[in-house]
Amino acid sequence: MSAPASGLAQIGKSVFVKGELSGSEDLYVDGQVEGSIALKSNSLTVGPNGQVKASVEAKGVVVQGKLEGNIQASDRVELRKSAIVTGDITTQRISIEEGAYLKGKVDIHRTDVK
Amino acid sequence: MSSVSQNFMKLFRGSSGSETVPAQGAHKLTRRSSGLGELSRTWESTEGLCVLDLGSTSPTNIHHFTERGHRIYSEDLLTASTDPELVTKDENGVAALDSRKFLADNLVYPAAHFDVVLCWNLPDYLDESLVKPVVGRLWSVLKPGGMLLAFFHTRDAGPDSPCHRFHIVDADTLEMTKIVLRRDARRSASGMANTPSDGFQLQRVFNNRHIENLFRDFASIKFFLARDNIREVLVVR
Repeated sequence: MSAPASGLAQIGKSVFVKGELSGSEDLYVDGQVEGSIALKSNSLTVGPNGQVKASVEAKGVVVQGKLEGNIQASDRVELRKSAIVTGDITTQRISIEEGAYLKGKVDIHRTDVK
Repeated sequence: MSSVSQNFMKLFRGSSGSETVPAQGAHKLTRRSSGLGELSRTWESTEGLCVLDLGSTSPTNIHHFTERGHRIYSEDLLTASTDPELVTKDENGVAALDSRKFLADNLVYPAAHFDVVLCWNLPDYLDESLVKPVVGRLWSVLKPGGMLLAFFHTRDAGPDSPCHRFHIVDADTLEMTKIVLRRDARRSASGMANTPSDGFQLQRVFNNRHIENLFRDFASIKFFLARDNIREVLVVR
């Protein structure tokens, strides 16, 4: 299981956040978040203990824990084997490990190469 | 084979290529599927289909459809049916699952939304109280002319037939892996702990008349008999 890189913004296991989260750096959530998360040019990682009930807009999203809400990723989404995701996913690329649970729609928006 | 049996067999479309063979990896099997073969002609020749996969989340299936430009919805109904909050008692005091609550939380889509529904072996393993309500909801979320693929065990398969997840390998080939329940989902409908194998148990064996009754609201039904004690059923709304 990948650990958060040092220097990464983190919400630890015992932290509960309710409201709108936005920022311009990568974020690691191992606690609870309810509301919305907007990291347009950066990535969100939901750690193995993370429980997120929020709509998520980010460049990349990695889920190891629970995420309930729609995910809109401009680059990629990774659902690790322990992921439990309920919500629709819109992204350019997706990787899902065997064992991950997804309830929702997957929409792949490819950028046309000219 | 007697002439009666031969005539009976004519009721089924041929599925001569269907067989189960070991693949790489201890718990993986591959099987040829005539039903899938027929269905896949639809998604290979039509663009922008809306597909609902009711099996365990399958990365392979998601890639299979998104690569072809289709939209795929994944909803693992068997796992959802293990929610302890669904357990209730019927009028006789027997433990059952609350189908109204189940359908309030699952299969919530607009009417006539899907072109294809992949049921796999869901009806064989789903709790009795949920089977008819679920099929009724599937009828309503399928578009007229939309197709549904389901697999049913024959009696010869035996009560211990494992529940599999299905991954689409190519136009008419599936890879099957035995489902092992997540720790938090190991509960039978009665609320008791599940079997030591931690998989889902076959709930019943449908005969052909049961299957026809189950899908009686649909426009047509086609059976494919395979060699591995599985009947494939392709129904059209």
